[in-house]
Amino acid sequence: MPDNVSALQLVLTGDPALMAIVRLSLLVSLSAVVFGALIGVPVGAAVALTRFRGREAVIVILNALMGLPPVVVGLVVYLLLSRAGPLGSWGILFTPQAMIIAQSVLIAPIIAALTRQTIEDLWIEYRDELAAMDVGPLGRIATLIWDGRFSLVTALLAGFGRAAAEVGAVIIVGGNIDGFTRVMTTAIALETSKGDLPLAIGLGMVLIAIVVVVNAAAWGLRRAGERLAAG
Amino acid sequence: MRAPSSDLPIVLDEVSFAVRGVTILDRLSLQLDPGAPTVLIGPNGAGKTTLLRLAMGLIAPTGGRVTWAGRDNAASEHRAIVFQRPVMLRRSGAANIRYALAQAGVPRAARDKRIDELCALVGLNGLGDRPARKLSGGEQQRLALARALAKDPQVLLLDEPTASLDPAATKAIEDVVRAVAARGIKVMMSTHDLGEARRLAGEIVLMHRGRVVESAPAEQFFATPQTAEARRFINGELLV
Repeated sequence: MPDNVSALQLVLTGDPALMAIVRLSLLVSLSAVVFGALIGVPVGAAVALTRFRGREAVIVILNALMGLPPVVVGLVVYLLLSRAGPLGSWGILFTPQAMIIAQSVLIAPIIAALTRQTIEDLWIEYRDELAAMDVGPLGRIATLIWDGRFSLVTALLAGFGRAAAEVGAVIIVGGNIDGFTRVMTTAIALETSKGDLPLAIGLGMVLIAIVVVVNAAAWGLRRAGERLAAG
Repeated sequence: MRAPSSDLPIVLDEVSFAVRGVTILDRLSLQLDPGAPTVLIGPNGAGKTTLLRLAMGLIAPTGGRVTWAGRDNAASEHRAIVFQRPVMLRRSGAANIRYALAQAGVPRAARDKRIDELCALVGLNGLGDRPARKLSGGEQQRLALARALAKDPQVLLLDEPTASLDPAATKAIEDVVRAVAARGIKVMMSTHDLGEARRLAGEIVLMHRGRVVESAPAEQFFATPQTAEARRFINGELLV
């Protein structure tokens, strides 16, 4: 058990190297949730509320993309951002920005697919009432997103969980550079292979704790909101 | 009484409505004039709900035409409808009314006062802060009435507003309907309750199998029904 004890010490004493890694992980994954939501929520709402040719195919693809392998996303973003790639001039490969882009690409479909389902269910319920109140297309989207906000939080959480837990994309586009692009998951993978188990275990504990705390906060928010709005 | 409303008369001329080959309304003609409430009665599946939706303009007939004061596509700003199972927005009762007021273009500054007026009209004072979905069935039905009245309609369409309510809740709804009608708002409502039809109707429209079987002033309808179906319906026999 000495490994576990020293792991706990690292966490409890707020080891600076460990804290830097935790901070970067949160920065990258929360930013990815913001960008993923900015793309995923409008796309999901649009697919839910419009009828066009090939819509069913789009829904199937969105749902399939929820299971997008992180390493494949990492590879594609790597190719885009590498010197020879179309976005190579940005010069951001192996930076936190590249990691945020990769994770945003990874979770935008998750948020879009879950948003589509939430908004569409709500739309079926609200359709007649909103039509009777002469609510226009933009008003409809705003109303459905607002009234579905507690369910949409779940979609964002799913995205955050996915982003915080993945290794494949961030290690390919970030490079796991010490003190610059090293996040919890990549550090755990590296330290485990190096045999530095205390740090790996400490990071693992922090990672799980963060995911639990974020989910608990969202749950509490949702319950409080539902009491007010009777969701 | 307000000036004659610009949406009346609502005229349904040889109107048919079919969904995937099933005829719901069959060349039905009906004129809705200003005055006391028009009450639609008839068995389930007679087409009452479809008729109300057509009159609201929510659906278009598959045959014939519907006109509002002679116009084909009158915007629905002067009409409101309460569905049989109204859906409450996931907000407080007052916020539901506020939403409808905003949609109706009522200035922000005037909304609080209107909410109070509407709550008083439907007897929901003091319940406005509660989540709308936590209200009882009767309270939700009254909130739906208040929400429909937010746009200050000239025509109010009600689809079985008292179905599955207890007598006290039914009376509360009927009182609102009477108050609304007294303000000169034209009410057309459907019901399964003949007693309710007697209590509220100025005019009765008996529907059966997508057609109007008989339509007459209420007193005349109940005193001297002209058709065999009407006599059977009034006597409480089953029209199938």
